[in-house]
Amino acid sequence: MQHTAIADQSATLHDPDSFITKYVWSQDHKVIAIQYGLTAIFVGLVALVLSGLMRLQLGFPDSFDFIDPSSYLQFVTMHGMIMVIYLLTALLLGGFGNYLIPLMIGARDMVFPYLNMLSYWTYLLSVIVLLASFFVPGGPTGAGWTLYPPQAILQGTPGYDWGIILMLASLAIFIVAFTMGGLNYVTTVLQARTHGMTLMRMPLTVWGIFTATVLGLLAFPALLVSAIMMMMDKVIGTSFFMPALVSLGESLDYSGGSPVLFQHLFWFFGHPEVYIVALPAFGMVSDVLATHARKNIFGYRMMVWAIVAIGGMSFVVWAHHMYVSGMHPAFGFFFATTTLIIAIPTAIKVYNWVLTLWRGNIHFTVPMLFAIGFIFTFTHGGLTGLFLGNVTIDLPLSDTYFVVAHFHMVMGVSPIMVLFAAIYHWYPLITGRMFNVNLGKVHFWFTFLGTYAIYLPMHYLGFLGVPRRYFAMGTTDFIPESAQSLNASITISAIIVGLSQLIFLFNIFWSLRYGEKAGHNPWGATSLEWQTKEVPPHHGNWGDSLPQVYRWAYDFSVPGAKEDFIPQNHPVGPEEQTAGGET
Amino acid sequence: MIHPLQTLRQKPWLSQTSETMAFIPEVNSVAAARIALRFILAIIGVLFFLFVITYLARSQYPDFQPLAGAPWQPFSDTSRLWLNTSVLALASLAMQAGIWSTRKEQQNRTAIFISVAVFFTLLFLLAQLQLWQQLSQLGFYVNSNPANSYFYLLTAVHGLHLVGGLIVLGYLVMKTWQQNSVAVIGEPLRLCAIYWHFLLCVWLVLFALLASSPATINALAAMCGF
Repeated sequence: MQHTAIADQSATLHDPDSFITKYVWSQDHKVIAIQYGLTAIFVGLVALVLSGLMRLQLGFPDSFDFIDPSSYLQFVTMHGMIMVIYLLTALLLGGFGNYLIPLMIGARDMVFPYLNMLSYWTYLLSVIVLLASFFVPGGPTGAGWTLYPPQAILQGTPGYDWGIILMLASLAIFIVAFTMGGLNYVTTVLQARTHGMTLMRMPLTVWGIFTATVLGLLAFPALLVSAIMMMMDKVIGTSFFMPALVSLGESLDYSGGSPVLFQHLFWFFGHPEVYIVALPAFGMVSDVLATHARKNIFGYRMMVWAIVAIGGMSFVVWAHHMYVSGMHPAFGFFFATTTLIIAIPTAIKVYNWVLTLWRGNIHFTVPMLFAIGFIFTFTHGGLTGLFLGNVTIDLPLSDTYFVVAHFHMVMGVSPIMVLFAAIYHWYPLITGRMFNVNLGKVHFWFTFLGTYAIYLPMHYLGFLGVPRRYFAMGTTDFIPESAQSLNASITISAIIVGLSQLIFLFNIFWSLRYGEKAGHNPWGATSLEWQTKEVPPHHGNWGDSLPQVYRWAYDFSVPGAKEDFIPQNHPVGPEEQTAGGET
Repeated sequence: MIHPLQTLRQKPWLSQTSETMAFIPEVNSVAAARIALRFILAIIGVLFFLFVITYLARSQYPDFQPLAGAPWQPFSDTSRLWLNTSVLALASLAMQAGIWSTRKEQQNRTAIFISVAVFFTLLFLLAQLQLWQQLSQLGFYVNSNPANSYFYLLTAVHGLHLVGGLIVLGYLVMKTWQQNSVAVIGEPLRLCAIYWHFLLCVWLVLFALLASSPATINALAAMCGF
């Protein structure tokens, strides 16, 4: 039986016949993508507010009665977990993965549309369970986003009762949702590419999302295993991770469990998670850079190999997060070495982005500004990662603000810069309208300069030895009083950056109604998603027949061509065949 | 058919018209399910691999008392585990026989073999539940020792995967019944059978692990560097 996702006739493609099936229980990948996107942005805004509250306490300690040490730790924990899992993973893969994969490979939809719909609703359930923890006795967990036992489930840690249970349940539900979505993404890429769309003709966005999904499918089980086992430790009283201990003067029933075992499991998931977030961002930024520099991506094949190599290597670097955990010291040497090796394909990508810009016809559009901003922030974050990847440098810097600044630059700010680039780049396709360019530029400069105002001083505070996760610094000999002034300035910058996101929100909602009509392919892009008959694409994407692909996605500024771009579905002319040929 | 490595060596920036670039998608809907199944098996494999690794790591702590190796331990006598295993093996065999029947387009036989497979799978799940009860009555509670905890945890996760398989199989049977054609079920049933065989293999690994003596477990843990 022919599969409807890649059939020439779209008549049998789960046609929605009511408002509910069109916008609520929709099986259309585009609607599901928007559902994912809006939910992720909403929950991300919650996390943004939490970070603002956290910064208020750090910048101006003892000024806000409603922030006590417990609530501070809860803000830190929920901010981290929401941003990493429920915003970045969900928006990059659930949002952009869903929207772009079928359109970019020339399919009508995902190969399992019903499963795709279930994936979103399960994700929504995980978000609801997570947010419910704000309203249970004791509030959400304050164990830190890494949820390390034994403290995560012991009295004394905020949310040690219901908070941690809901967090673990929510993560388990999220993993189920991700698995359903992920199976769809990988199967669709492998199975539902249209005629002529070889793997090596796929845009790098698809390569990034595909590889990240494979990583997710293989890495999330580690989080699931640790969540199940910790839940059993908490609820049933098993001792997988819980050692024999005395808590508040009372000997507990736990016996001989291994907290380090949890750390290994957590980071076996946690490090690939960095790349689950980074690889789609790498792919999308490549496409944005090439399109707005009107130049083919430099070293396409090496970019693909680098994505695959980074994906593979991401499973053998996890313990560089654990140099101070008490694991065997010999592990440190191994993991420091693998960490330095993984920097090679990553550096190849950075060089190739820069070389794509080199002598390109650069258009400083809003998406391009964010994409260039990403190159800066990612390079900075990546370089500090090389510091922390070395055991001897990591030991004194561990658990300081330096680490916080590093990972925010590399996997907070950088993917978010790409997300903004991507939202601005594909906004005309998704909505059919252009956004307000001036507002977009104002948003970029506030965000880009603001993040530097936040994180550059934070590196310095880390060098001073200011520890992370502390509610208040108190009096210390090694931290000068001026550190507090710097902390206050970071807070002010953070609040300005946070508020400047309102410009973005205003822009995307205002432009929905008042933005100029985008028309067909406003950026002059080559990839298939811009070649649909209607903008935004209708249900089934391609009308009666699927597109035929004749070339790769980076034919920009081809000598002799009429325009400075040639879409992928444009047949190869006789002059091109003689000029190119096969070598 | 182009080899994947050959695909990755292509130079897409050259305007090629050769066969390597004339990619034609395989539009059969079962092909998608086949790919998805491979990924599902990989995910389940990783899941149980991680459980097993943590089992070996946890086994090296002094409070860990394996369920076999001493006469008073419940799995020193493995006859009960073998009985359960044979029930699951029969379910797997019935699935396979169902496939052979579909190839010969024997609708009634297919229905019988699927029913037998479902029966033995349910019987296995009941037998596992009964095993839980038995261990519990002997005082091997879920939280009294980490080895016990692993036994309950691993069998529960394995059982849940079988329940998931039963749900999919039930959907498949319903579809065949509606369309009244054995041809519809052929390939999907083959995928279900692969899933059943895989879960049988997983169970055999879990069986071997749970019934291993402390010396064997220590040797395995040492091989893994614990």
